[in-house]
Amino acid sequence: MSRQLKFNIFRYNPQDPNSVPHTDSFWLDETPSLTLFIALNRLREEQDSSLNFDFACRMAICGSCGMVINGRPGLACRTLTSDLPGEITLMPLPVFKLVGDLAVDTGTWFRATNEKIESWIHTDQEFDPEALEERMENDLANSIFELERCIECGCCVASCGTANMRADFVGAFALNRVARFVMDPRDKRSDADYFEVVGTDQGIFGCMGLLACEDVCPRKIPLQDQLGILRRKMGFIGLKNLFRRKV
Amino acid sequence: MAYETFYSDLVCIGAGLAGERVAIEAAAAGFKTILLSLVPPRRSHSCAAEGGMQAALGNCAMGEGDSPDVHFADTVKGSDWGCDQEVARIFADTAPIAVREASHWGMPWNRVEAGKSMCFKGGVCFEVEDKAEKHGLITARAFGGTAKWRTCYTADGTGHTLLYTLDNKVTQLGITVHDRIEAVSLIHDGDRCVGCVARCLKTGKLRVYLSKATLIATGGYGKLYSETTNTVINEGGGHIVALDTGLVPFGNPEAVQFHPTGIVPTNILVTEGCRGDGGTLLDVNQERFMHIYEPEKAELASRDVVSRWMMHHIREGHGVPSPYGPHLWLDIRHLGEKHITTRLREVYDTCIHFLGVDPITQLIPVRPCHHYSMGGVRTNKDGYAYGLEGLFSAGESCCWDMHGFNRLGGNSLAETIVAGRHIGRAVADYLKGAETTLRTDLARQAVARDEERIKRIVSGADGKENVYDVRNAMQKEMMDNVGIFRNGTDLQKAVDNLRELLVRSKKVGLRSSGVGSSPELAMAIKISGMVRMAICVAYGALMRTESRGAHAREDYTARNDRDWLTRTLAYWRNPDADLPTLEYEPASPVFHLPPGDRGYGKCEIICREEMNE
Repeated sequence: MSRQLKFNIFRYNPQDPNSVPHTDSFWLDETPSLTLFIALNRLREEQDSSLNFDFACRMAICGSCGMVINGRPGLACRTLTSDLPGEITLMPLPVFKLVGDLAVDTGTWFRATNEKIESWIHTDQEFDPEALEERMENDLANSIFELERCIECGCCVASCGTANMRADFVGAFALNRVARFVMDPRDKRSDADYFEVVGTDQGIFGCMGLLACEDVCPRKIPLQDQLGILRRKMGFIGLKNLFRRKV
Repeated sequence: MAYETFYSDLVCIGAGLAGERVAIEAAAAGFKTILLSLVPPRRSHSCAAEGGMQAALGNCAMGEGDSPDVHFADTVKGSDWGCDQEVARIFADTAPIAVREASHWGMPWNRVEAGKSMCFKGGVCFEVEDKAEKHGLITARAFGGTAKWRTCYTADGTGHTLLYTLDNKVTQLGITVHDRIEAVSLIHDGDRCVGCVARCLKTGKLRVYLSKATLIATGGYGKLYSETTNTVINEGGGHIVALDTGLVPFGNPEAVQFHPTGIVPTNILVTEGCRGDGGTLLDVNQERFMHIYEPEKAELASRDVVSRWMMHHIREGHGVPSPYGPHLWLDIRHLGEKHITTRLREVYDTCIHFLGVDPITQLIPVRPCHHYSMGGVRTNKDGYAYGLEGLFSAGESCCWDMHGFNRLGGNSLAETIVAGRHIGRAVADYLKGAETTLRTDLARQAVARDEERIKRIVSGADGKENVYDVRNAMQKEMMDNVGIFRNGTDLQKAVDNLRELLVRSKKVGLRSSGVGSSPELAMAIKISGMVRMAICVAYGALMRTESRGAHAREDYTARNDRDWLTRTLAYWRNPDADLPTLEYEPASPVFHLPPGDRGYGKCEIICREEMNE
């Protein structure tokens, strides 16, 4: 027998002076292979057309639909209701500015953070359209891709103790991104350059090691390893700097 | 009526790969550029391209002897001679440069590994040996309709990785991005486009962008169909604002591609790379069938051909019954765990999460579904839109027209950065000489008109039609009657029903207040534009009485080069009309490769020569 699902959904429209933050409840008959993508669209089309949420690719690769699902950040599009109890509570991701209901402004946050960590290849070399590409080992290309798989959904940031307390913390996503560039021989930045970017309390030393980021990452990126490697590397440079100053 | 105005040299409507690549070129030339996007740029549909992009590097063993000439010929054959051959030439020549440039910017392309390795074709294993001198260069995999292995890739996350690489470049150059912005109309004086009116999807407010050049790079119009691999934002927004001017034609609207392997029931794409890497299609008896229809190319014929044979095979009663209708199987089990969890990792994840199927040991249920829009805003070979000066288009939204009536797998991702590079330069050149009067009076009129329209929708002044009912009916109509196989009776039915839906679409009224970002209002603003687009597709298909590429008429099965070696140009000149005006132009100004047999997809051809006899 199919279940009747109860949805408790956070509601607030910051553009509407009459709106106050509250929770609305909706009921929906569960159908086979029901995902939160299908469920939320049905609720909007059939029950309340003012319901606001974000989806784009609906196949877990664009990162639009991060939300807090029964207390845990995750991608709504690939969450099957059959994996959840009959009562489902949906909240917007914390840390990011609310657009309305479950929709949050991740774009501004990620762009600003990517600027902060200078998320691009730093090189003096000009591109030569006549030349062959620089060679690279395939294993290295695969290792870079492993970290490049991050889709900036914001789940790691939303689940992060530090990011929830401190607005200036760059979050696991950014540290993983830096680790990706550290690994890439095309980026000519030295470890000391990276230290300037993330060797701070806003960067790697702000991480309290709670590691919810790795638990919730829908891409299963090895954040714990990358944070550890980066912390050791940056710690080493920090000590060197300290020593140098004393001399 | 207070609204904010933003001034720039170039405003790009759309910030996927094509839009960003154009913006990079313009910004690097010193022009102030603003990117507008429905979503943060990294969430654009470009990220969904999986398998790779074609470029004739010829590095891998199976790509040996490849060249832009071979790539050009494959592209023209793939298009069923519907493409502009000058454009296909520019494209094939530029693709290798674009790939290497992306590498220079940080793209982690997979690389050649010297030595022997085992590969599959049609389920049969064979050995390949890559040469030591090519070790470490960018490698490639097989895709459908290609003579060589030419598709460069990063596992099966090529679009994602490329998009991040380009967006990093955009960030580095400090190019302004306004995300959650939707263009509502173009601002023009009948000759020249000077920007657009747009709605902020955070606040709901209208704003104005005034610019010397305006680019449309909004991707495809897949959401005219109910069963599509496209993201929910591919609603043809850019096409609508262009068509609404009455001046800019919609090129080849009827050229719509169906991809062979959408998973059932969610229509999520599994990459052509599955078949390129040796995966096979099986029927209800778990037997291969494509080699019966296509002895040479088998599973790797072009997408239009494979999709048709699959539907044919299902119609013959060989489909696998399921609650969601009959489907076929995609089998990649023989590729093995390592291959599937590395080179086809997204496919693996998709199958596990959305199907509960482990593709290492189980078969994947697939069926053709809508995938790509070959048609679009008609431009010349440098991206200049027909009909309005200062308006450009690039990428899937554009019909410049390199795909004709069928696009080869791996040619769309390639197109985004190749066209972006080429058209970006054309835009920069244009801007060097361009002066324009940024007429605030035109902007004010446009905002007033859009504001009035929105007011009527919110208040329900014209009716209380439910926008979602209209959209769903349109999508169903397109799926049922303007699909893979088409015929006059069904197409006429579609046109008639869509004309009725157009009337209903103009009577849409909101159920909610429409205050703030209001997704219901966003849909309501564009619904009648979407229905007009759908009519263009259906009507274009009805009038084209031949079969060419993805346009397959059951009542006109031959490809007719005598009468139809043409491109459809659909104009919506009268806003109150319920049909577009169709005009035609030659498919290509030159035929370096004269129309002939594609080598796959059995099809009778009515030759041009017959006319002279």
